[in-house]
Amino acid sequence: MTAHDIKLSRRSLLGGAGALVIGLHLPRPARAQSSAAQAGKAAFAPNAFIRVGNDDLVTVLIKHIEFGQGPFTGLSTLVAEEMDADWAQMRAEHAPADVKLYANLAFGVQGTGGSSAIANSFEQMRKAGATARAMLVQAAAQSWNVPAGEITVEQGVLRHASGKQGRFGEFVEAASKLPAPADVALKQPANFRLIGKEGAIKRLDSADKSRGKAQFTIDISAPNMLTVVVARPPRFGGTVASFDAAQALKVKGVVDVKQIGSGVAVYATGMWPALKGREALKVNWDETAAEKRGSRELIAEYRSLVRTPGMVAGKHGDAEAALAKSDKVVEAEFVFPYLAHAPMEPLDGYLEWDGTQAHARFGSQFQTTEHATIAAVLGLPPEKVRLDTMLAGGSFGRRAQVSQHLAAELAMVAKAIGPNRPVKLVWTREDDLAGGYYRPLFVHRLRGAVKDGKITAWSSTIVGQSFFLGTPFEAMTVKNGIDATMVEGASELLYEVADFACDVHTAKVGVPTLWWRSVGHTHTGYAVEAFVDELLQAAGQDPVAGRLAMMGKAPRAAGVLKAVAELAKWNGAGPVDGRARGVAVVESFDTFVAQIAEVSIGPDGEPKVHKVWCAVDCGVAVNPDIIRAQMEGGIGFGVGHALYGEITLDEGRPVQANFDTYRSLRIHEMPEVEVTIVASTEKPTGVGEPGVPPIGPAVANALARLGQVRPRQLPMVGGGVV
Amino acid sequence: MVHTLKVNGQTHSLDIDDDTPLLWAIRDNLGLTGTKFGCGVAQCGACTVYMNGKPLRSCVTPISAVDGEITTIEAIAGKEADAVQTAWTARDVPQCGYCQSGQVMSAVALLKENRKPTDRDIDLAMNGNICRCATYVRIRAAIHDAAKALEV
Ligand code: FES
Ligand code: FES
Repeated sequence: MTAHDIKLSRRSLLGGAGALVIGLHLPRPARAQSSAAQAGKAAFAPNAFIRVGNDDLVTVLIKHIEFGQGPFTGLSTLVAEEMDADWAQMRAEHAPADVKLYANLAFGVQGTGGSSAIANSFEQMRKAGATARAMLVQAAAQSWNVPAGEITVEQGVLRHASGKQGRFGEFVEAASKLPAPADVALKQPANFRLIGKEGAIKRLDSADKSRGKAQFTIDISAPNMLTVVVARPPRFGGTVASFDAAQALKVKGVVDVKQIGSGVAVYATGMWPALKGREALKVNWDETAAEKRGSRELIAEYRSLVRTPGMVAGKHGDAEAALAKSDKVVEAEFVFPYLAHAPMEPLDGYLEWDGTQAHARFGSQFQTTEHATIAAVLGLPPEKVRLDTMLAGGSFGRRAQVSQHLAAELAMVAKAIGPNRPVKLVWTREDDLAGGYYRPLFVHRLRGAVKDGKITAWSSTIVGQSFFLGTPFEAMTVKNGIDATMVEGASELLYEVADFACDVHTAKVGVPTLWWRSVGHTHTGYAVEAFVDELLQAAGQDPVAGRLAMMGKAPRAAGVLKAVAELAKWNGAGPVDGRARGVAVVESFDTFVAQIAEVSIGPDGEPKVHKVWCAVDCGVAVNPDIIRAQMEGGIGFGVGHALYGEITLDEGRPVQANFDTYRSLRIHEMPEVEVTIVASTEKPTGVGEPGVPPIGPAVANALARLGQVRPRQLPMVGGGVV
Repeated sequence: MVHTLKVNGQTHSLDIDDDTPLLWAIRDNLGLTGTKFGCGVAQCGACTVYMNGKPLRSCVTPISAVDGEITTIEAIAGKEADAVQTAWTARDVPQCGYCQSGQVMSAVALLKENRKPTDRDIDLAMNGNICRCATYVRIRAAIHDAAKALEV
């Protein structure tokens, strides 16, 4: 059995989950109280999300994993707003895995992704807060013998005109005896004191994270615990033929060596002996079924495939006919490499079990399916498995595992050594970069026609891998055989073009791939925005005005484009004094982002991105400073990979082993960033991913104005396996 | 063999292999987990500690080569550390936070040497610390804030 062999059917993983696609409702109080109460000494737990102590602290149980995008702070903001709590009394911790209480309302199962944390929690967490407030008010009313309606709450203090006042902590005992109200009114936006208010809140996790106190999975230790590293096949699809552990077992601190589904596991008393043991291990790999094509071969195959029509993903008018009769056709082909997520904390997990029950702790992003996987591998009933989510050092998609491979490997490692030996499984950076689950390699071919200063026809063909087809998550995104994540952003444009077509080929390749911060938009955003810019240039149009002229049906996209042009005092692309400006605008996850990048060519010949202006429309802006932080981080992530990021396969083997060759953006390469948030009353949408897609094409478009070709193959620096 | 190690003012005797990197001795043997593992090859700076007050990549420093007193994020103190950690919180620098122990260690070391760093000084002192969340804009701003706070 290998990690990938565990055929967890859609039914066993998501069984019954459909029924849980929940309307907004709070869980039944009795059930909710017991769950939230378990998590600590709770004086008052009005529902599954809130615990108020008699010390006045309000703890919010966060159903989404915190790995930087701010759900601890964001979801707590929603609760504090409706409770009228003081921000200083707020605390946050991860909720345990429990699909009945903590499902992502956008997914129907517990999990984080698609920049959905705030969007799906907006009403739910506010209702939870409003319920808690109502019960505290009721308790105060009874104790003061005044009508509840006469009590006001401000910054965690309840008051009555008679002069009576008290803090939450004083009423928790009485409140916990009250029934939860069936329905509560939410605040009108005009009365918000925290949501959308500059400076009203600070991140709840900054202090610990600045002092080395935040606890990550890698920091877990327990009596008798073993640290485990796994030797995995050098090519994807390889398996263990045989192994010799004699030398490994001689290493001081190595306790055992076992074959598991994903390779050979070395168990030791600490990380260093585990690594030395793995070094001393001899494994013969069976690579009969392994993928042996390299990036060069795949790109060549994709390039020939991209010249043939694929499955239709989007179409209106007749692009072929329009192109055929046009006298100005522009063509471009773009190649996007495999990319690793390389979260700062490589994958890891902790598990202890005694043969009848298990407790797993790790940075779980898909709690429901990972919980089910661990139970299945250990052969335990799900209710005997507890899964607690830890803070994680980044994800960028890497922990959102469609295949559940980390949870499966963790459980296999524990199972192989047997009960009562807690295990901490740790991946190294080399394991991470060579471990697959990359952003898939893609090739796009675009053709466009220009007439009288306008774009009249547009055709694009896309070739790449799907990471959804054939997985339990298939139904989420695959329709009519097309995985929507391969074509999102390309099968429909923000621009009005009379004759339009987009088609796609799904290549079968044995390299495991996965979503990567902003998913399909990582490549479609680049292809579309670089190409539209190229067409506008051919049509003699200004990059901003030319886009706006085609955005009649995309008012919010036009809105961010206008906002960013104003912010940057746009006056043409330049160049001025050797610096040119490039524009791009992308909608992803219902959030609109436009960016302008100012770029020059540095003395070393590499593009230097000096400054990026960014406008974002994410509906109601809950935490403006976190939105800005996500735009800054998204821009840095996007620019780093567009310039330098590439996993190359050589005859199937990943070439880049560590950060010396998988070049990561460093501080001196980070542009200055200025962000404006477009005011909106639309429902809030996510910001974790949408900052990423526009920056690559914005840089490319600036380069074009510096007399360079818009880069046809990423990364822009040092790439180029053609 | 047995190695004597002075960390955060305390002396420890550790019976571990000579080639054990200081990082794993600190984390696994001493249980001080604020110092992080990010690459193991001196590329990312997550494992930064001080030896006799100077920053050091603990992931590539074998225990046998340790020759001085070690300070980790758990024990940094003094004006510069306070200024940096206060600025880090005030600016909400961290995202995932995993790199930030190393960032803070490098920033404090910079300010100890140079009370008024320019952007270029910051680039030179901090470019060995990778932040995959790209919190660099705020790291830079927070170092300037801390420098200002140290003026008074
Ligand atoms: S872990 Fe030491 S520099 Fe990366
Ligand atoms: S804050 Fe996540 S790596 Fe720096």
